[in-house]
Amino acid sequence: MLVSYQWLKNYVDIDDLSAEDAAERLTRGGVEVDMLHIRTEGVEHVVVGYVEECSRHPEADKLSVCVVDTGSAKRTIVCGASNIQAGQKVVTAEPGAVLPGGVEITTTTLRGQESQGMICSLQELGVEQKLVAKEYQDGIYVLSDDAEIGADAVAEIGLRDTVLELDLTPNRPDCLSMLGVAYEIAALLDRDIVHPDTAHKESAEHTSGHVSVQVDVPKDNPFYGVKVVKNIVVGPSPQWMQNRLTAAGIRPISNVVDITNYVLLEYGQPLHAFDLDRLGSSEILVRRAAEGEEMTTLDGETRTLSSEHMVITNGKEPVALAGVMGGATSEVQDDTTTVLLEAAYFQPARVRKASRQTGIRSESSIRFEKGIDSGRVEEAAERAASLLETYAGGEVLQGRVEVDHRPSENKKIETSAGELNGLLGMNLSEDDILSIFRRLRLPASAENGVIIVEVPTRRPDLEREVDLAEEAARLYGYDYIPTTLPSGVTTPGFLTDRQRRERRMRRFLESSGLNEALTYTLTSREHSSRLQLHTLPGKVDVSLPMSEERSTMRTSLLPQLLDTVQYNRNRQINDAAVFELGSIFIGESGGELTKQPQEKTVLAAAVTGWWDTHLWQGEKKKADFFIIKGVLEGLFNELGVASAVEFVRSAHTELHPGRSADIYLNGVYAGFTGQLHPSVEKEWDLKETYVFQLDMDLILSYDAVSVFYETVPRYPAVTRDIALVVDDGVPAGKVERVIKEAGGNLLHDTSLFDVYQGENLSAGKKSLAFSLVYLDPDRTLTDEEVSRTHDNVLKQLEEEVSAELRK
Amino acid sequence: MIDRLQELGREALEEIKQADSVKALESVRVKYLGKKGPITEVLRGMGQLSEEERPKVGQKANDVREEIKEKLEEKTEQLEKAALDEKLKAESIDVTLPGKEVKQGARHPLTAVVEEIEDIFVGLGFQVTEGPEVETDQYNFEKLNLPAEHPARDMQDSFYVTTDMLLRTQTSPVQARTMETFEGQGPVKIVCPGKVYRRDDDDATHSHQFMQIEGLYVDKNVQMSDLKGVLEAFVQKYFGADRSIRLRPSFFPFTEPSVEVDVSCGICGGKGCRVCKHSGWIEVLGAGMIHPNVLEMSGFDPEIYTGFAFGMGVERFAMLKYGIDDIRHFYTNDIRFLNQFKRA
Repeated sequence: MLVSYQWLKNYVDIDDLSAEDAAERLTRGGVEVDMLHIRTEGVEHVVVGYVEECSRHPEADKLSVCVVDTGSAKRTIVCGASNIQAGQKVVTAEPGAVLPGGVEITTTTLRGQESQGMICSLQELGVEQKLVAKEYQDGIYVLSDDAEIGADAVAEIGLRDTVLELDLTPNRPDCLSMLGVAYEIAALLDRDIVHPDTAHKESAEHTSGHVSVQVDVPKDNPFYGVKVVKNIVVGPSPQWMQNRLTAAGIRPISNVVDITNYVLLEYGQPLHAFDLDRLGSSEILVRRAAEGEEMTTLDGETRTLSSEHMVITNGKEPVALAGVMGGATSEVQDDTTTVLLEAAYFQPARVRKASRQTGIRSESSIRFEKGIDSGRVEEAAERAASLLETYAGGEVLQGRVEVDHRPSENKKIETSAGELNGLLGMNLSEDDILSIFRRLRLPASAENGVIIVEVPTRRPDLEREVDLAEEAARLYGYDYIPTTLPSGVTTPGFLTDRQRRERRMRRFLESSGLNEALTYTLTSREHSSRLQLHTLPGKVDVSLPMSEERSTMRTSLLPQLLDTVQYNRNRQINDAAVFELGSIFIGESGGELTKQPQEKTVLAAAVTGWWDTHLWQGEKKKADFFIIKGVLEGLFNELGVASAVEFVRSAHTELHPGRSADIYLNGVYAGFTGQLHPSVEKEWDLKETYVFQLDMDLILSYDAVSVFYETVPRYPAVTRDIALVVDDGVPAGKVERVIKEAGGNLLHDTSLFDVYQGENLSAGKKSLAFSLVYLDPDRTLTDEEVSRTHDNVLKQLEEEVSAELRK
Repeated sequence: MIDRLQELGREALEEIKQADSVKALESVRVKYLGKKGPITEVLRGMGQLSEEERPKVGQKANDVREEIKEKLEEKTEQLEKAALDEKLKAESIDVTLPGKEVKQGARHPLTAVVEEIEDIFVGLGFQVTEGPEVETDQYNFEKLNLPAEHPARDMQDSFYVTTDMLLRTQTSPVQARTMETFEGQGPVKIVCPGKVYRRDDDDATHSHQFMQIEGLYVDKNVQMSDLKGVLEAFVQKYFGADRSIRLRPSFFPFTEPSVEVDVSCGICGGKGCRVCKHSGWIEVLGAGMIHPNVLEMSGFDPEIYTGFAFGMGVERFAMLKYGIDDIRHFYTNDIRFLNQFKRA
């Protein structure tokens, strides 16, 4: 809502308050003023000039040379406007004048003719092109004959004004009107309201003689009223009215249309003027549209309607889409003489549906959607009639024809000082509260401590006691609410075990050198089929996506992490190590969801480029499988599940077949790791890149192995190193497992310290060297005991993996 | 003989003096103090001496030996020190050369902010709860007092996945879900962080995906002044003890009264500057007293229980805290951006 400050002064005495101060009061009171627009800001020294002579420029057909009396001087000014004529009073910028944007006017020469200034259009004074009345859109503005020569032209036109742009919350549709804003500021300042003048003469002829009204849908349309105004002369509306409309962002059209818009702004009551002679009947019937019924709206578009839409008809065909837009056929035109004025109350939801479905958002639909004052409909109609009489020469016929199904009684809310104070933590007296309700013009009475408020129709947002509490608090001032701490029982605050483990996980990965990334959840269909944890039954698609790129919920974190790596590569950042912890979304096999989709927490990472470098010392190590595996092993250790984890060669088709592993936790698949398949790297334009993706819901469902102190060994350990020759295909992990199983309790630790292939070994063989540490925490082991176990280890190795001791 | 010993002593000392290595010293030691050395030789001839002379010569021989030993040790030490000095000198490095960097990743700034805020509220006795990102219409809207025809429920503003499921537009449904688990028994003190989604075109100040933290406090006799007190405690902990808050009336369907919470500007101290758009205040939170309809729908009797709720945008808090000017940075993951938050 755009509020002209000058106009607002018509309804409430705020001459002592600057627009800035009023804006601050409104904002602190809950009606937020988003911005102040000073109309014609920066315009200086522009005066009313009188065009004494006007002749064609000798060198240019389209230019005129004018002699303009500006009161202080007679100026010769070259003007390019086609509507310039001698005898006009015009907006004149003399040399030294300033126009919006700091444009300074000087004496110039145009085609050999000196021009001492400029004759201005409204646009040149800063009025938006789309708001300028048609007759002045392509030329200069012409002032009325009674304008005083030499006077400040901006003031003379009535453009010295500040416009308050309100950012209204949906509960305050009452402030979509000048009167509503006036009520608000009057309440804040405790001042009187001056109501608009609705008086007009009435002819002996009665409206009911010209038109009948029938409403088939009283639920959608609780009130429909019409007035008829005859003998109208269509022409421009007065300048002050035009100024007020343009301040509100509405373009002046003609007196009839402008008056309906003016009353719409004044009362928040949308009105529609039909040309009664073009209506096609003398009957108004309000009904739902038939499925597929068509009508052409004012904007010339043909609309196909549905039974969800409400239409105003002439008994046969639609003449308006109720509350949204009028029809083209019955539109008021220059030759219109009899106007049928509609003033109705339409249900918000019905109008909202029509507005959404047709895509028309009009000043009218905006107001009906949010809810107008159902009690001010008739008054607005009478106000419009009054203005039509004064500014369009109309003769107002007697009475209205109307169908009324509105509830007859206003809602009442009960409260008390005790209740309000209890909720607010304040200490207001009953008198304080009653005084606030009086300022808000909410009829209220108190008896035996009970306050009863009768809610006027202009405030449908007031529904129950808490709404009154808000009114009391905001009028009294939120600054006066004390600051206290809750008096109830104290409760312990804590993070759950899972939340703490997620934090540990993040800390571990950060300190391992990975940056945490956050990517968008919505992704493309293409991405949603890539690098999945496992085959998913279905996806979760957005019904009306904004773009293909954001059309479905992610099923893997990796595609977007790879995008991230690529994004950085495109900016010459070739070393990247990023991880993300987030949800993937699992749909259903049928496609359509029948219940909320499963959201699985996964952890993914991508690592590429140099990992460990110390350049001047010549140390450079690229990320490889064992680096990312080391991070994972550390992570599993951190989470207390390391002993349950197993890495098994993976068959994931998007991973390098020789450098990837599936990860199992107690035999259950929990994710994968490895190098991306070179074809995937190529697709994303990446160099060698290693990734992992883990099912964290699964992993965190395992309890961490608890930390429990073991005695520090007091007896010496015995270390035996062995080099084993095995077939190339035997995994080291398997050999190690055999050693551990055969070593039993005495085998305290095993570590692989060399892997060798090549010279001195036959083809297809490799050598693995392990260091085995034997220890008994309770005594010193004898050589024989160690040998007995060690021999068993060697025997098992030979049996299970055909390992030979390397000689 | 004594003269001879004296002579030998002098010779030995001279040779020690001349020696330039530990090895040379060793040969001096062997030469003079060895079993076949000249001093032993002299002593062997002692048999020819008189009873009186013998102890004197013996004494002299010992003295000479001791002196040689002493000088040998002294010189050895000297030489060893010189050798060590030489070695240390050779091992010297340029200490201004850069050390090896310990690889360290950064926390995402949004995570840093979420965790800090969680910690403050945990300290105030709150727990942290989470909920699904794909929500039902019922929890995202209806249970929050936004019935089917409410204007704020515009299809155009949300990402629907079916007619009655959508990507949550706020973290408030978690509040409704959590409240239900309490089965009408307070107190409930929770904060709910999470991702939310709205149909906005991404630009410097808008993002179709962003993060919110909402909080809820339901108990008997909770008053609006308590809301003010708790939020002031929070704001002073997060932004600094010198900051103050003010409440402005606002509107949210799930609270009544509703407020916007401003914090005094930390740049200008409230005098007005570019950051606070010359108002001295920066809007940081939305809050209010939980609407009785919402309490009722989540199983709490509004005649017995009252409560307050608040919500904040994590991106906004991060932008204010770190001076970030474009919301898209959070989701672009430029390494040069992320690396700046290692200490966050």
